[in-house]
Order: sequence, then structure tokens, then C-alpha cells
Amino acid sequence: MPSLNEFLMLASLLFGLGVAGVILNRKNIIVLLMSLELILLAVNTNFVVFSYFLDNYAGQIFVFFVLTVAAAEAAIGLAILVVLYRQRHTIEVQDLDALKG
Amino acid sequence: MDNFLLWTALAMALLPLMGTLIAGLSGRLLSRTLTHRIVVSLVGISFFLACYLFKVFVLDNHAPLDASFYTWATAGVLRFDIAFLIDRLSATMSMIVLFVSFMVHIYTIGYMADDPGYRRFFSYVSLFTFAMLMLVLADNFLLMFFGWEGVGLVSYLLIGFWFKREAANLGSLKAFLANRIGDIGFILAMAAALAYFGTLKYHDVFMQVPGLADKTMHLLPSYNVSVITLISLLLFIGAMGKSAQVPLHVWLPESMEGPTPISALIHAATMVTAGIYMVARMSPMFEFSPTTLSFILVIGGTSAFFMGLLAVVQYDIKRVIAYSTLSQLGYMAVALGASAYDAAIFHLITHAFFKALLFLAAGSVIIAMHHEQDMRKMGGLASYLPVTYLTFVIGSLALCAIPPFAGFYSKDMIIDAVYLSTTPGAAYAYYCVLGGAFVTSLYTFRALFMTFHTNERWDPAVRDHIKESPWVVLFPLVALAIPSVFAGQVLIGPILFAHPSMLGNTTFVLPDHNVLFKLASHFHGAKRMALEAGKTLTFWIAMSGIVTAWLFTAKYPKWSEWFKQRFSVLYAILVRKYGFDDFNQIVLTEGTRDAGHLCYEVSDVKVIDGVFVNGSGRLTRWFAQTARRLQTGYLYHYALAMVLGIVALLVWYAGGF
Repeated sequence: MPSLNEFLMLASLLFGLGVAGVILNRKNIIVLLMSLELILLAVNTNFVVFSYFLDNYAGQIFVFFVLTVAAAEAAIGLAILVVLYRQRHTIEVQDLDALKG
Repeated sequence: MDNFLLWTALAMALLPLMGTLIAGLSGRLLSRTLTHRIVVSLVGISFFLACYLFKVFVLDNHAPLDASFYTWATAGVLRFDIAFLIDRLSATMSMIVLFVSFMVHIYTIGYMADDPGYRRFFSYVSLFTFAMLMLVLADNFLLMFFGWEGVGLVSYLLIGFWFKREAANLGSLKAFLANRIGDIGFILAMAAALAYFGTLKYHDVFMQVPGLADKTMHLLPSYNVSVITLISLLLFIGAMGKSAQVPLHVWLPESMEGPTPISALIHAATMVTAGIYMVARMSPMFEFSPTTLSFILVIGGTSAFFMGLLAVVQYDIKRVIAYSTLSQLGYMAVALGASAYDAAIFHLITHAFFKALLFLAAGSVIIAMHHEQDMRKMGGLASYLPVTYLTFVIGSLALCAIPPFAGFYSKDMIIDAVYLSTTPGAAYAYYCVLGGAFVTSLYTFRALFMTFHTNERWDPAVRDHIKESPWVVLFPLVALAIPSVFAGQVLIGPILFAHPSMLGNTTFVLPDHNVLFKLASHFHGAKRMALEAGKTLTFWIAMSGIVTAWLFTAKYPKWSEWFKQRFSVLYAILVRKYGFDDFNQIVLTEGTRDAGHLCYEVSDVKVIDGVFVNGSGRLTRWFAQTARRLQTGYLYHYALAMVLGIVALLVWYAGGF
């Protein structure tokens, strides 16, 4: 059984990957959504690991909620994505600058 | 009895106002004839009331009356009353004012006969008389200021009477502005009097003056000035505006744009004499300030000589007389400065007669010449206008102080008084008035010769129409010519040397300054004074002026041409009137305009509009322009900013900075 530190390092690695995915990704908005999922999963990993090591189930129960929200978010995100594609015929992040000042 | 006299005085003052209202408001309801009958008879009645008051107060030696008719305002301890002070000085002055005004009213019937503004003119002239009477009769500074402003206003209206002429409009504006400068002095003097005396009533102020003679006030840092000096100087600045002393004289020649009757009224009896009268009235205050007296001497002397010189190069007959008024007012001011207040009033009276006469005679010439005023287009009129000529000669002789005409006595007394005066500046003023005597006869007789003698240089158009003026014009001339001859010899004894003198104790002189008292020992009656005139310097100076005028204009006109070329610089200076007008135009008018432009361009356009209004707008825009670059619209930039923010917060939080 790996130690708490190793788990936490894994989680922060996943989190970092997710953030890097969000920031560096210029191309596909789907990858962006995936990166978001990755961030959420990293957080979930933290919850589970702490729950295990602290003997507290609240963390694992919280994971259910996070997963539910993540699923809903993915569903809505993809739905928006579809509509967006219909509108603009592109899902490249670089082209989505309607908020440019 | 006292009540009766007061009501008489009130009626005397208000009758001209009534005339104003009737002539001014009735419009075409009254025919021209009816209008002038009503107005002239009202002024006539007023004149007879003035004669009655003169008899009671001066001849019968009635005690002065000082009574309030109406309290206009009270503020704390201050009371402002509509109150009259009727004494020897104001009774004499009212009579002179009303006499000249009455003559001018009659003359107007003839002079303005064809003018469309006939009724308006009568209305103004009566209003002028009313304002002057208020000024004369007032018993406090404020009521005097009312009359003071009244004559200022009406002079504006009358100089600009022919409002379709641009020159008239400019002239009236100039008169108004120059007078306002003097009025600032008067207002400040009133404020200072209120501050130090706590009252504006003459009597109460004069009672306190000797006690305050040494009091000083802090005017500027480390500079103290005597209160009495300050107040009297400020008052004299007011008098300089009204009585047209250098450098506030510029309006008086321009006032010639008004109709001639009004020039006579302004120059002889009202308006310009107001300043002289005021100083004489305030003599209990002026006496305690030698500084102010010196100042008056210098200003008066300068006006007397240098303004007289300007008349020598003028060609407009009215302007010659106008500059002569400036010069004669200078004489009066010099007399005031030498503490010879009685002599100043004496000259004011004789001057009122002969100057009104000269103006009205000039007006008669102008009527004959069909409103031509240029003396270069006159000449040889003596045989065509005999009465006008004769009266003009009398006026000229009186003005030049030739015995036994009125001006001789008053002017000679002023010159002698200045000679004896020990006030600093008297020596300068003495030489100025001596030189002025020469200049006076030079320009007067130059005008006389150019107008009535020499060859005829008329416009062919007027040649057939030249005829003597109607009797309404000639009557005032004759009526004014009589006192111009006799007023001097009749008045000199009573007004200057009798005990009590005609003005009694209404003028106040300190024993040290009493030059007239010293003169009294040399005075042996008017007749002898006239007979011995040949022994005095002034007489020969005046005669030489007349001879010079004759040589240069009548006998050898080429001499004056030669003179003009030989002394072209001097001539140019005189024609430019010493540059006072240029100075005013360039420095004051254009300077003000430039300052205005500067204020507009720098403070308004650049600072207020540029920095504050547009500047704040531009700043907002610049900030927005800069800030919008942060809003790229790219999701990953926002995300990066968010992450960086979180990192920063974490570092801050964890690091405990």
C-alpha cells in the first residue's frame, strides 16, 4: 500500500496536468472538458485518500456528489458544445474570442 | 417758517422731476408746444423758488436747515435719510443750476425744434436738473451719491441722444465708463466714512473729523495711511471723474456728440461742477489732509494748462469750448487745492454763466451753419449773426479774464490765491495757471477769429440760408451775457471778502491755509481792481494770448502753417491729445481684451475645458483602451489569470506576508 504522500503526489500530478491542459490547450474544446474532468478526478482522489487514511467516510460520500456534478457538467458542456458547433462551425478554443474587449 | 422753507426746497427739487415724467410719459398725447410750455414753466417756477431760497438763506441770513423727509432705510445704528441741507452754499448752487438750466430749457425750444426726439429731450434735460438738485441739496453722502449717479446716467442718455450716430453711442459709453471709475472712489470713500465715522451725515462726519485727524489705518503691510487723507483722496477721485480732471477727463470732449444745449448744461451748471461743489461741501474734511490738497493742486494745475493747450489745435468749435471747460475746471480744482473754496465756487458761478453763454452761442452758429461744426468751414460770420457774435465776444472776454468781465475777478483771485498758498505743489500750480491764462485767450480768440472774422469759407450749400437764430435762441444768450459781464464785480466782494461772506461758514478753512484772508488786505473794491488790472502780470499774459491769436489766425494765417511744420512733433502730440486716448485704447481697452483672450485661451479652453472636462474624459478613455487589452476573450487567458491569482493568494496566505 503506497503512503499518503505518494497518493497526494499522484493527485497533484493529475491536478497539474488538468490545469496545464486547460491553459495550454488551444485547439479542441473537448480536450478542455476532459482536462476539467481530470482536475475533478484529482480532487476526488484526494477526498478518497484522506477518507481512507483519516477513517472518515464523509470524504467518500462527498466524492459521490462531485462525480454527479461532474457528470451533469459534462452533459451540459457537451450539449453546449454541440450548439456551439452548430453556430460557429468550429470548436477550436482559439477562435472563441467573442468576449474580446 | 422752517417747514415752509423745507417744502419750498422739496418743491424746487421735484418740479423738474414732474416735468420729466410729464414730457417722458405722455408721449404724443401732448403737442410739442404744450410739452415745452409745461416743462419750461415747471423749471421756471423751480428757478423762482430757488431765488426765493437764495434770498432767505443768503441775503436774509437765515440759519441753515437740515431736515429729513423720509427714512429710506435703517440698518442697526445706520440710518439713510432722504434729507436736505439747505444753507448758503446749497441755496447759491441751486440758484445757479436752475438759472442755467432754465436758459437751456428755453434755448432747447429753438435748437431742437425739428428733432423727432423733442419730448424725450425735454424729459432728459429736466431729469438732469432734478438729479443735480438732489446732489446739491443732499445732507448726507448717500443722497449726494444718488444725485451723483443720476447726473451720470442722464449724461449718458443725453450724450447718446442721437443714438443713430455711432460716435454719439461711443461717446456716451465713454462718459459712462470714465465716470464709473471715479464712482469707485466715491463708493470706497463712503465705505471708509461709514467704517470710521459710523454715519454718512455731513454734519456728524465733519464734527468727528478734527478728532480723527491723526488716526491712521493699515492699508498695506507696513504702510499706514491717514484715514482723512484716504477718504478725501478717494472722494477727489470721484470728483476727478465727474469734473473731468486728468487723467479721467477723456469723456468730456466726447460729450460734444450730444446736442449743444446739453453740452452747455453739462459743462456749465451741472455734472462737471458736481465734483467742485462736492469738494467745497466737504471742505471741513479736505482741510485736514494737506496731502490731498497738494494732489488736487497738481492735478488741477495740470488740467488747467495742458488741457487748455489741446484746445489750440482743435477745429471743431464745440470741442474748443469743451477743452476750455477742462482747463477752467482745472482752475477751480487749483483753487480748491489752495484752500480757496470760496474762490472756487466763485469761479464756478462766473464760469457757469460765460461757459453756458459760449456753448449756446456756438450752438447758434451751428444752427446757422446747418449743423456744421468745423471752424475751417466758417469765417466772417460776424455781420450775419450780430447778436450771436456780440454775446460770443462777451463770453470770450469773460473767459479770458479781461476786466471788467466776470471771469476776470474769479480767475485773478484764483491765481493770487495760489500764489499765496503754502501747500506743497502750489508753485507748480501757479505756473500752470499763469500759462493757462495765456493759452485760454489764445484758443478762445482763435475760435472767435476763425468763426466770425477772416474770409468766408462756407459750404456753397449753406450760403443762402445763413440768418440770425430765432428769439428763443437769442433770449438765453442775452440773459446769460448780462451776468457774464456783471456777475464778477457784483459778487467778488460778498463772496470772498465780506463778513459774513456769501457762503458764510459752509466752507471751512484752517487758519494756516486761509489765503483769501491774506488777499483781503490787498482788495479795495471791484472797480479799483479792474482799473489796476494793467499793473498785473496776468492781464498782460491774457492780452498777449489775444494778440497771438489775432496774428496767427487773422493777420498772418501762414504763420500757423509754418508753426505746424516747424514743430510738427509738438503738433502731433497735441493732436493726439497727449496719447491719453491712445493709452486708454491700447492699454486699457485692448489690454482688457487681450487679458480676456488670455483668460479664455489659457484658463477656460486649456485648463477648464482641456484638463478638467475633456481631460477627465480622455483619461477614462485611455484607461479603458489600456484595460481592454486584458480582455482577450480567450478562455485560457482567463484560466491562467485565475490560476496565477490562486497561486498568489496561496503564497500570500501561506507565506504570511
